[in-house]
Amino acid sequence: MARELRETPSQTAGPYVHIGLAPGAAGFDIYDQELGWDIAGPNAKGMRMRVEGRVMDGTGSPVKDVLLEVWQANADGQYAHPEGGAVEDGFRGWGRVITDFETGAWAFNTIKPGSVAGRNGTVQAPHLNLWIVARGINLGLHTRMYFSDEAAANAADPVINLIEWESRRQTLIARCAEEDGQVIYRFDIHLQGPDETIFFDI
Amino acid sequence: MRPPAEYYQRDRDRHPPALAPDYKTSVSRSPRFAPISLEQSVSEVTGPVFGHQDVGLLDHDLIRNYAQTGDPVGERIIVHGRVLDENARPVPQTLVEIWQANAGGRYRHKKDTYLAPIDPNFGGCGRTITDESGSFFFRTVKPGAYPWRNRVNDWRPAHIHFSVFGASFSQRLITQLYFEGDPLIPRCPIVQSLPDADAVDALTAKLDMNATIPLDTIAYRFDIVLRGRRSTLFENRLEGN
Repeated sequence: MARELRETPSQTAGPYVHIGLAPGAAGFDIYDQELGWDIAGPNAKGMRMRVEGRVMDGTGSPVKDVLLEVWQANADGQYAHPEGGAVEDGFRGWGRVITDFETGAWAFNTIKPGSVAGRNGTVQAPHLNLWIVARGINLGLHTRMYFSDEAAANAADPVINLIEWESRRQTLIARCAEEDGQVIYRFDIHLQGPDETIFFDI
Repeated sequence: MRPPAEYYQRDRDRHPPALAPDYKTSVSRSPRFAPISLEQSVSEVTGPVFGHQDVGLLDHDLIRNYAQTGDPVGERIIVHGRVLDENARPVPQTLVEIWQANAGGRYRHKKDTYLAPIDPNFGGCGRTITDESGSFFFRTVKPGAYPWRNRVNDWRPAHIHFSVFGASFSQRLITQLYFEGDPLIPRCPIVQSLPDADAVDALTAKLDMNATIPLDTIAYRFDIVLRGRRSTLFENRLEGN
């Protein structure tokens, strides 16, 4: 096996990514079935939660045309993929969300993932894998969201521990809150600025 | 059985830098710190799986998938190609999604206020699943060029946005297809964010007379390459035990 071809270069998703990837959410009714709105499915095990936040640019303004994708394990730490383990019926673990065009707020509902196997026998703390595209982003940005109520697991997580600057590690931790009996995690992403989120070259 | 192999490190020299000042929006939206390089785990080598049940029969036909009273206005085109990986192997059963402006250069999007009219028979998005050889095809109309607010007189070359998944989240890619011979290509600050002429060429679809339907529809060829996997000999273990 040899690397014979070069990867196709990326270009920005642009301001109209919504009509391509989330037309229904953008108020454009074209497909019978919109992909990515139900991340966990109706049979998913584990704790239901809502994740909400905003993506901020370098001026501290919300990015109102962003699209986020989520890739996550189920409550047992298994991914819905031939190399990812076995999951319950209907669990896909993938979704996408766009923002409110006026406020930049986004939110999605899913279940909290379990711990996931790491490299060489390590254990990764529960996390969501996120991918962010928008106008002005030339290559999609990968990051991870961890959970504030998993302090012990986070402290042992091999990825968090790769980050040399301890002060920046908290940019990956979503804050847990409860509203009307619903568990909510708040996760703001900063593309730039003093609180710049950690992004990964995966 | 051998353990699953990692994907080749992303060739960052192949992609635009995060900060491309002539593309003004990138200035405040580009991270300033270097990304943290991650050795891949199961979180990175897996990704969503799609199948034919995810797409409808007309989803790949933009001439028909939003038609109300007839065909959309514009030059009828076929866009086809293959999704391959860096090892030149086909990427089958993967989701390819596209979106574009209509023949006048107008998107069906509430934030697009360009004076070219909406076409009542054109939606502007499509999707399909690649076959066993990695092949895909769409039928659509050629999008128009349009002005955009960057410098005062910037115009986007005609383009179609492409979103591709591959078999893992680390292969996820969004890009744009341009059309061979378009004089706006070298003038576009988004195109010029690409590192070199070879990268621009890779995004330029070529006229393909062999796939043209005579007296009906002209064709362009556009192949897409996603990251490939290393061979598995002497790998570190991605997972435990």
